[in-house]
Amino acid sequence: MLTRRHLLGTAGASAALAASGLSLPKFSEAEAAGVPLTPGIPAGVQSIAAMEALPGKKPLIRLADRPPNYEAPLEYLRTPITPNDEFFVRYHLADIPEVDVKTYRIKVGGDGANGQAELTLDDLKTMPAFEVVAVNQCSGNRRGLSKPHVPGVEWGYGAMGCARWKGARLKDVLDKVGLRKETIEIEFGGADGPVVDKTPDFVKSIPIWKALDESTLVAYEMNGQPLPHFNGFPARVIVPGWTGTYWMKHVNAISALTRPLTSFWMNPAYRIPRGKFPVVARFTSQEYAPNTPITEMVVNSLITSHRDGAKIKTGKVTVSGLAWDGGYGIRMVEVSTDGGKSWSTAKLGEDLGRFAFRPWSFELSARRGRNTIMVNATNKIGQTQVADLIFNGAGYHNNVMQNITLNAA
Amino acid sequence: MRRLAVALVAATIALPAAAEAPIQLKKGEGLDKVEGNCAACHTLAYIPMNSPYLDAKGWDAEVNKMIKAYGAPIDEADAKAIKEYLSKNYGI
Repeated sequence: MLTRRHLLGTAGASAALAASGLSLPKFSEAEAAGVPLTPGIPAGVQSIAAMEALPGKKPLIRLADRPPNYEAPLEYLRTPITPNDEFFVRYHLADIPEVDVKTYRIKVGGDGANGQAELTLDDLKTMPAFEVVAVNQCSGNRRGLSKPHVPGVEWGYGAMGCARWKGARLKDVLDKVGLRKETIEIEFGGADGPVVDKTPDFVKSIPIWKALDESTLVAYEMNGQPLPHFNGFPARVIVPGWTGTYWMKHVNAISALTRPLTSFWMNPAYRIPRGKFPVVARFTSQEYAPNTPITEMVVNSLITSHRDGAKIKTGKVTVSGLAWDGGYGIRMVEVSTDGGKSWSTAKLGEDLGRFAFRPWSFELSARRGRNTIMVNATNKIGQTQVADLIFNGAGYHNNVMQNITLNAA
Repeated sequence: MRRLAVALVAATIALPAAAEAPIQLKKGEGLDKVEGNCAACHTLAYIPMNSPYLDAKGWDAEVNKMIKAYGAPIDEADAKAIKEYLSKNYGI
């Protein structure tokens, strides 16, 4: 059964798009042929992917349009800050209203709060403002590269971006109501919701220690502009270092909980097996014997200057890319041109903070024929990427070192 | 009149769907059940996207997840037809 909210939301969205003079672009088969997909993803992706521009966005790789799931091509990931119109889009549920700022409210409360409050966007903006440059990466980024393949949105490399987020600290928002000492988690809800009323609404929680971290924000600006609709307008939660699942878009409810949130989206969804990944940040109130919620991102890197198999000229060639982790900061990026036998240190670029993309570059002396480039990032607590995939059923935390071939003539 | 009004509302809300990318799935027995059930909540692009690597057991699990975890109102007969269609046309 379709929910009333869905009907209103969808009709409202189309009306708003029409009023703004924008219309959803049409798909064409020709466009599909030129989609720069990541080698290794399921073959079937080729038949449905297309470059398509959502309203306010440049063309992104469309994997699905309902709900919208669009990833960034490699070309959009060549700078430490990803422009808003090149930023990837990810939704679970297809009822996505255009939020009206005039009626928008964030309800703050919960059984762990001493009181209740309703914040308008202006209320949020009059609070002390803070900025953080932070990577927003889908938990399932690179899922399509899992061997064996696992079901879900079959992302390549582009379900991520990095922006300068500005907003109020979540802890200042929580101070508006005051917290009881029994509070263990903070729950977030957003304005988007399911199509069918029996589908669990997308709600998430984070542990209180992460909620009170000074870098955790309720952001209303992204790179100096209001958030794009498809990235959570008018406000979203910013959980630096942690995967995107906690970064609630269109946030309209923040609740202090004295008991662990029970929701499909907390369990069984977004779980990693315990003991397999070297993550430090724990979410103990949600840990169970076999698994635990995904938390911080694992250290990772991506070559963005060249695609695997690209043609280059012999001689000096600059190979560059990005590195990031769960907020410890990148210490070193190493490059191997002999399949991992020996390593050289890449030059690190601008440091925009420990949660940001860290650019790196390497001068390759390209020989005629095949040149392989392997990259490994190390963070400031000594964690490195892996040579072999740590398989898990949801396809999370894929930080296998890339090893691409460049053909020089 | 009442029925007409309902139809008009349906036509109005179908507008965004009309702007969606049309996904033509492989012709085959059960395709009508797939289109009639799955497309209520999401684009059919998810099916080719997740192919071809799931076996019959894998597609069964996906359909069961849609019903049990996501609350998709699919009756048993349709679920069976959908599983068979997916396994035959998009499975390994």
